[in-house]
Amino acid sequence: MAEQLSELKRIAIVPALNEEQTVGRVVDEIRAFDPGFDIVVVDDGSVDRTAGVAADRGAHVLRLPFNLGIGGAMQTGYRFAFEHGYDVAVQVDGDGQHDPTQLPTILAPVLSGEADLCVGSRFTGSGQFRSSFVRRIGIKIFARIVSLVVRQKLTDTTSGFRAVNRRGIALFAADYPHDYPEVEATVMSVKHKLRLIEVPVEMRERGGGSSSITAVRSVYYMAKVLLAIFVGLFRRYAVPVEEEHR
Amino acid sequence: MTPLPVSIAAAVASFVLLVVVFELIRSRRLRERYALLWLLTGVVLLALSLWRGGLNTIAGWFGVETYPPAILGAVGALFILVVLLHYSTVISRLSDQNTILAQRLALLEQQLREG
Repeated sequence: MAEQLSELKRIAIVPALNEEQTVGRVVDEIRAFDPGFDIVVVDDGSVDRTAGVAADRGAHVLRLPFNLGIGGAMQTGYRFAFEHGYDVAVQVDGDGQHDPTQLPTILAPVLSGEADLCVGSRFTGSGQFRSSFVRRIGIKIFARIVSLVVRQKLTDTTSGFRAVNRRGIALFAADYPHDYPEVEATVMSVKHKLRLIEVPVEMRERGGGSSSITAVRSVYYMAKVLLAIFVGLFRRYAVPVEEEHR
Repeated sequence: MTPLPVSIAAAVASFVLLVVVFELIRSRRLRERYALLWLLTGVVLLALSLWRGGLNTIAGWFGVETYPPAILGAVGALFILVVLLHYSTVISRLSDQNTILAQRLALLEQQLREG
C-alpha cells in the first residue's frame, strides 16, 4: 500500500529558537526538495528575527508567547498538523543540522506503510557525526536503554530528524513529552504500538545558534529522561484511536 | 547510637514518600522535572535511616552527641527549604508567563473587535 508523496497532504515542522541565521535557509531547502510541502516554523520565544525571517520566506509561523522548551514547541507543530488534517509530517530542526535532501530517506518507510514513525540516525550508516565525547556517550547510553525497553535495536534515540504518518501526528498532538522529548517520544510511540524504523542519515554541523543542551544541564537531562523512561515502564498505554479530521 | 525504632520509622516514612512520588509521576499528576528534588529527598533520608553508623558519624561532625536522629530532622528541613525555594522560582516564572498570556489575549481581542 505504498503511497505517492505528491498525493498526500504533507507538512514540515521546524522548531526554532533564536535561529535567524539559519531558519531561512532551512525553509528554502525544504521547499527546494518539494514545493508541495507546507512548512510551519514554531518560534519558541526567540528574541531575534527568527519569526520574521520565516514568515518572509512564506512559511506558516506559530509564535509562542514565551519559551516552552523543545517538547512544547514540537507539540504545537503537531497540533497544527493534526487540526489541519495533514497525512504526513516531518521534523526538521531550524538550526540547519538536518539536511532536507535526506528527506526521501526518512519518508520512504512511512510512505511504504512499513512504519508509523521513522527516525533518521546519525550512527547506523555512512554518515559521520562529530560531537563532544560526553554527548556521544550519552547518546549511546540512551540508545542501549531504549533498545532494551522497546525490544528493538536503535542507535540514535536523540535524533530530532523524523517523519510520521497520520497516526503519529494524532498521538503527538495529543501527548508529547516535555523538556527533552526525543528519547521519551521514541519510547512512547512504541508503547502506543506505533511501528518505528530507524534509517541512517547524514547530518551537518549546526549552522548557527547553540545546542539546547549545555554541559551543566546534561546531568539533569540524563536524570530526568531516565526517570521518565523508568516510570513509563509502569504505565499502561492506550492505542490511539485513528479518527480522521478531514 | 540511633535507637532502632527511630531508624525503622524513618526508613518507612522515606520509603512511603518515594512510593507516593512514584505513583504521582506514573499517574501524570506530577511532572518529572518537579519530582527530582522530592526523589532526592526520599533517597537521602532513606539512606540515612538505614545506614545507622553513617548517621552517627555525621551527627558527630556537627557535635550532636546526645541524639543523632536529630540530624534526620535537620536534613529533612534543609530539603524542604530547597523545595520551597524551588517552588518560589517556579511560581515567579508562572506569574510572568501569565502576565504575558493576558497581554497577548487583550491584544488579540482588540484585533478581533476592530479588525
